[in-house]
Formats: sequence, C-alpha cells, structure tokens
Amino acid sequence: MSPFLALLARDMKLAIRVGGGALMGALFYFIVVAMMPFAIGPDLNLLARIGPAILWLGALLASLLALDRLFATDHDDGSLDLLMMGAMPLELAVAAKAIAHWLTTAVPLIVITPVLGLMLNIDMSSMGWVALTLLAGTPALTFIGLIGAALAVVLRRGGLLLAVLVLPLTIPVLIFGVAAANAALVGPAPFGPPFTILCALSLASLVLGPVAAAAALRQGLE
Amino acid sequence: MAVIDLANPTRFLTLVDRVLPWLAGVTALVFAYGLYRVLGAPDDYQQGATVKIMFLHVPAAWLGMMGWSVMTVAALGTLVWRHPLADVAGKSAAPIGAAFTFICLVTGALWGRPTWGTYWVWDARLTSVLVLFLLYLGMLALYWAAEDPNRGARAAAILALVGAVNIPIIKFSVEWWNTLHQPASIMRAGGAAIDASILTPLLIMALAFTLLFFTLHFAAMRNEILRRRVRTMRMMQARGA
Repeated sequence: MSPFLALLARDMKLAIRVGGGALMGALFYFIVVAMMPFAIGPDLNLLARIGPAILWLGALLASLLALDRLFATDHDDGSLDLLMMGAMPLELAVAAKAIAHWLTTAVPLIVITPVLGLMLNIDMSSMGWVALTLLAGTPALTFIGLIGAALAVVLRRGGLLLAVLVLPLTIPVLIFGVAAANAALVGPAPFGPPFTILCALSLASLVLGPVAAAAALRQGLE
Repeated sequence: MAVIDLANPTRFLTLVDRVLPWLAGVTALVFAYGLYRVLGAPDDYQQGATVKIMFLHVPAAWLGMMGWSVMTVAALGTLVWRHPLADVAGKSAAPIGAAFTFICLVTGALWGRPTWGTYWVWDARLTSVLVLFLLYLGMLALYWAAEDPNRGARAAAILALVGAVNIPIIKFSVEWWNTLHQPASIMRAGGAAIDASILTPLLIMALAFTLLFFTLHFAAMRNEILRRRVRTMRMMQARGA
C-alpha cells in the first residue's frame, strides 16, 4: 500500500473506532438543524424558504468541530514529527489527513441531509440538489480549515482561535453554496454558475490548503 | 543603506530615532493643510456638509487595505528571506490596519445615517470592508494567542498570505451575493467624475493618512523591538536568578 493510502486508512480507522468521534459531527449537525425551528418558529413556509441557509450554516459549524484534533493528537504522540521527517512530501501527508477527515465527518453529514430537509419542509425531489451542493462545497470547508488546524497546532491553541481564523475565509463557500441550493429549490437564477464556482472553490482550496498547512507546520515546528 | 543592514535592530532603532520626529512633523503639517483645504471644499448640493466625512472615510478605507498589503510584503520577508525585521513590521502593521478599517466602518455608518437613512446596509463594499475587519481581528487573535513571538510571527505570515489570496475572492463573492439579493440601498455607482475642488483635498488627506500610517508603523516597530528586548532581558534574569 502506498504511504498516502496507508495514512488515509490509518486516520479513518482512528476516526471511526472508539474515541474518534467521526459521527459526532453529523450528530452535532442534526441537533443544530433541529434547534433552528425552536428559534425561528414552526412556520413551515418560512422554514422551507431559509432551509438551505440553515443546512449550510449547520454544515459549516459542524465542519469546524473536529478540526482542532486533526493535528493536535498526532502532535501529542509524536507521529506528526515522523510524518514531517518521512519520505512522503508533507503536503501529500497533510492532504491525506484532510481527505480522511472529510470522509469521516462531511460524508455522514451529507448522507443525513435529506432527512433533515424533510423536517425543514424542503421539497423531496430537489433535496438531492441541496445534498449535491454540500458534496461539492464541504471539501473547500475542510481544506480551508486544514490551514487553521495547522496554525492552531503551531501555536498550541485550538477551539475558538481556529473558528475565528477560519470562519471569515469560508464566506465565499457559504455564499455560493446557499446560492446554488436556493437556485435548485426555488430559482429563478440558474443552478450552473454558483455550483461551478463552488466546485472551483473546492478545487482551489484542495491545492492551496495542503501547501499552506504544510508550510505552517514546517515553519512553526522546526 | 541596504535593506539587509537594517537587519541589525540597533541600526534600525538609530535610523527610526532620526527619521521619526521629521516624519511626525511632516504628517502634522500635511494634515493641517489637508484639513484647511477640506474646510474650504464646497458642500455637496444634495448631501450638504456631511459630504466632508468622505475626507476621513475614503483615505481610511485605502489605508485599511494598504495595511494588509504591508503585512503581505512583510510575510514574504519573513518566510522567504527570513529578514528579522519583517515579522516586526508585519506584527506592527496589523493593529494599525485594523484601526484604519474600523475608522472606515464607523465613519461610513455615521455618513450613511443622514445620507441613506440607516447606519448599515448590506452593500457589497460595506460588507467586504467588514470581512476585511474580521480578518484583521483573526490576525490580532493569532498574535495574542502566540506564546513565542517567533512561532507567532511565522504562523501570522502564513495567515497573511492566505488572506491576501482570499481577499479578492471574498470581494468578488460578496459582490455576487449582493447583486443576487437586489439591495435596497441607493448607493451611487462610484464617484467617477469628482470635481477638482473635492478631489485635491481628498488626495492631500490621503497623503496625510499615508504619512500617519508610516509614522505609527515606525513607532510601533520601535516599540515592538524594545518590547522583545525587555522580554529577552527578563528571561535572562529569570534564568540567572
């Protein structure tokens, strides 16, 4: 097995087994979305109108949850030092960790989205489109968050600092994600442009995120 | 004197001590002349005297953006050339840039109240300045969180570069979002044609603000170097005791 796949498999195993908390993100997402009607009121028309925004905000917050553990546990037990000294480029190692993080936290979240859409009175036939926008946009959230996670482990801080650093950078993803979801649900704007830009954001952060995070780790932990 | 000579903090401090009083003096003079010209500038036929807020608002917005540019250049200096003064320059620029951005937001709100009838609209420009301010706050939070100034400086340099790449994307996306939502604001589409009686004082004020930025920046860099010396001396003392 190549080092990249080995690292991916290791991180996924760690996340799925006891104490990993892979499903915690999806659970948090479920609770946040279920809390919204208590704040807004049970008006089904209103919920249907702002449903995509609620789902996207929930996904954004849930993706922040497990981020500060992305490097912190590896830094504590020394395996991050091994990764930095290893033959595999640090950028690739960091990307493998991010992909494992996305597979274990974002994918469960996307899977339960149609059920939550039902509770928010979103039309079942167009629910797939909303889930598709999350599928296209959450990689951007993970890879932008990756930079924040690297900075947090360099500074030996996590939690709130990470949220403060990462959230402003995710504004474009939120804008285009909600725009695409709304276009799919109600129109009249076409679905294509915001969705393709959302994909572009994900691809760009797929390149930028690992490079910046690896640079932060190299500069900060040498 | 080459840039590399300034890597010696003592040499930089002597230079700052020599330059700073002159710079402060010139800043005060340009400000005095600029404010005099602002007083002489005609009122807007619609907005009346409130248009004078523009002479503070617009330069503050420019300087808020320049603050991040200075931080970006300083970040390259930190990461590429390892210039010892670059992280001092970056760290000192952050609160000054944040302050100018804040001034821009506050004067904008005060100007918006009589002109648009509300302190805040979710207009594309206002929103992107707000996001810039949020990014500055994140940067300051990062500096506050750092125990070791060197590590903090490198982390901040990475964040400054990431921000520099992201700011145009954010600006573009905010503009998209804004046109999508059909704002209720009545903002005019840019002041393309400004009369010279307004433009000249504005440019003089912009020059005054720029000079003020560099005066504050040099003073802040001097303070930061002295602060680091105090820190080192304290640590040496603690080790010796």
